[in-house]
Amino acid sequence: MPPVTINEEETILGVRRIVNRIGATRADLIPVLQAVTNEFGFISQPAMEELSALMNLPTKEIHSVATFYRMLSTQPRGRHIVQFCESAPCHVVGGREVFASLKQALALEPGQTSPDNKWTLLTTSCLGVCGMGPVILIDTDMYGNVTPEQVKEILSRYE
Amino acid sequence: MAYYRSTVLVSMDPVCIEKGALEIKEQLIKELALLKLSEEVQVLDSPRLGDPETEGPDILVYPEGSHYIQLSPATVGPIVLEHFVKGRELQQYKAQMRDVLDEELGEPKDKEIRIILENIGKIDPRNIEDYIAVDGYQALAKVLGEMSPEEVIQTILDSKLRGRGGAGFPTGLKWKFARQAPDTPKYMICNADEGDPGAFMNRKVLEGDPHSVLEGMAIGAYAVGANQGYVYCRAEYPIAVSTLNTAIEQAREYGLLGKDILGSGFDFDIEVRMGAGAFVCGEETALMASIEGGRGEPRARPPFPASKGLWGKPTNINNVETYANVPKIIHRGLEWYTSMGSEKSKGTKTFALAGDVAHTGLIEVPFGLTLREIIYDIGGGIKGGKAFKAVQTGGPMGGCLPASDLDLPVDYETLGAAGSIMGSGGMIVMDEGTCMVDIARFFMEFTQDESCGKCVPCRVGTRRLLEILEKICAGNGEEGDIEELEELSEQIRKNSLCGLGQGAPNPVLSTLNHFMDEYKAHIYEKRCPAKVCRALIKYEIIDGPCTGCTVCARNCPVGAITGERKQTHIIDQDICIKCGICYQVCQFDAINVS
Repeated sequence: MPPVTINEEETILGVRRIVNRIGATRADLIPVLQAVTNEFGFISQPAMEELSALMNLPTKEIHSVATFYRMLSTQPRGRHIVQFCESAPCHVVGGREVFASLKQALALEPGQTSPDNKWTLLTTSCLGVCGMGPVILIDTDMYGNVTPEQVKEILSRYE
Repeated sequence: MAYYRSTVLVSMDPVCIEKGALEIKEQLIKELALLKLSEEVQVLDSPRLGDPETEGPDILVYPEGSHYIQLSPATVGPIVLEHFVKGRELQQYKAQMRDVLDEELGEPKDKEIRIILENIGKIDPRNIEDYIAVDGYQALAKVLGEMSPEEVIQTILDSKLRGRGGAGFPTGLKWKFARQAPDTPKYMICNADEGDPGAFMNRKVLEGDPHSVLEGMAIGAYAVGANQGYVYCRAEYPIAVSTLNTAIEQAREYGLLGKDILGSGFDFDIEVRMGAGAFVCGEETALMASIEGGRGEPRARPPFPASKGLWGKPTNINNVETYANVPKIIHRGLEWYTSMGSEKSKGTKTFALAGDVAHTGLIEVPFGLTLREIIYDIGGGIKGGKAFKAVQTGGPMGGCLPASDLDLPVDYETLGAAGSIMGSGGMIVMDEGTCMVDIARFFMEFTQDESCGKCVPCRVGTRRLLEILEKICAGNGEEGDIEELEELSEQIRKNSLCGLGQGAPNPVLSTLNHFMDEYKAHIYEKRCPAKVCRALIKYEIIDGPCTGCTVCARNCPVGAITGERKQTHIIDQDICIKCGICYQVCQFDAINVS
């Protein structure tokens, strides 16, 4: 068995805290996985194994749910999550150009994380702010009416 | 270059300038200089930050992202002192980040009737007393005090209220089935998984008038005999979730949810459950699977939720807007309600107008208004004086309707007969600059991505459709593609398990039906008439208008543009990726698209 790193211990403690707070029934699984993603950035193998023990579910079952939903991640992600709304209302008001500019500025394709772990680029489903498309969501900050020229400036606001 | 630790953006929207933005900026620079901060904080102009009408003049401070609104020269001093010297945000002038960008609901336009949206912006959604003051929970009191469950169901049947989630199933009938189901316990679910791109009517109701939904659910629960309810809300709507939770807590405090509501002996409570980003969870059986903690995959119906739903128990599922109609119908009466709308579709429907229309945003109209009235009289017509090309209704499972359909009345039957659907109420207007093949490809990309993968017709079929559409857009379309699109569409529509797959071909079929010429131009002439499909267009700089300002060359992401200052520039076609940035940044109309 590989030695348990501090990180893994922290993960296990964090997972226990989350399950204590939310619950351990089957219906609690998605909120628990969401909380784990929020706290650790992704659902790691040790996290999944701990959840399996705590919630009395096979890891394959947890993995199957974790990989189904877009907001849950089983892969590590960058410090900042950049999400581009790829929905039609944003598309018809120039979203394609903004997205091209975004991909170019980050040098990432959707789903990728930058080598320095600063950025992860994702596409998101409609955020419901269609009156001001194209829309970019960086972490929890939302930017509307974005033009291709603004992309660099917006990204430069993040450390 | 100087290094600034902070940047202040000042909104220079014309309305803000009128309200004194220039004075604000001047004062800012003066205050910063006084505190010797000029070298640390830079002040820049911004075209627009928040809503100039309600928030201007406003400034945005980075890197913190603090948005200070409704400023006057007198308020600048304290903000500079607190923010830059003491490092504290001055809460009293601060707006929420979300509000910076959120559009307000304007005054109703001429042909609008607002029932569902009437309280939004007028009451405080986080204060139940505001809702009670506008006759909120009166309908629930009436139902619990004076009506039997059967009478409630009959009233809803008589109102001809139909499911606003899109399918238009009579709500009263749904309730009747759930009431008649012998098994117990029974559940009430509110489908707030508003995933259709471009549709945000439900978000507005949940954020602006959450109690109307809770009251509608409680009335429905009494009618079908349920004691527990769930609102399944998508996680992309964090503000809606928190507003709902506050509303539920307050309703419990007031005895309007929980045990023995209003002393009637009826128990009903509601919990909010969140999605985690899966479009298909808006499908009712997938939604229930998700509440149960599993993958959000649909299952075959029957059995319908009314007999076997959540945890295998009888369950009634309605959409946010459907529930929000219920208290109004009970409180104001059938005569009032059925006076609005068309023969088979009573009442009103909210729509989210988006795309190339002058006034985007939410509207609410009685059923039966024509598309033309909605787009031109209410939406103000096409933005920038361009020509109308198509309107896409019903979200990604809906269809595109051409100009010849503009005079169709908007109701469930008519839109269905025209090859589109009512859907939840997204309405995307497209002008002449939209390529309909690209739009079909775009929607298919969405559907293909959101297909849960459980059934083959949808999983494989949507991918095949997408491949053909991509091929056509890339200029590689060939004889037989159109026929294959048609045949595949038919198969997918007939054989898919749920509404997502069954509706997936609609964008393809409706564009084939109304815009066949464009498909043919792409396939046989290798031409994109709307000049959208990159493989079929070319960007060139025209000799005359080009002033050699170098803006295009500086903005070109791949360095494809060369040329001396004050000389006509040239685009190297081998390097050009056709991103269109040069076309957008050129101020002299010197870029030609052919």
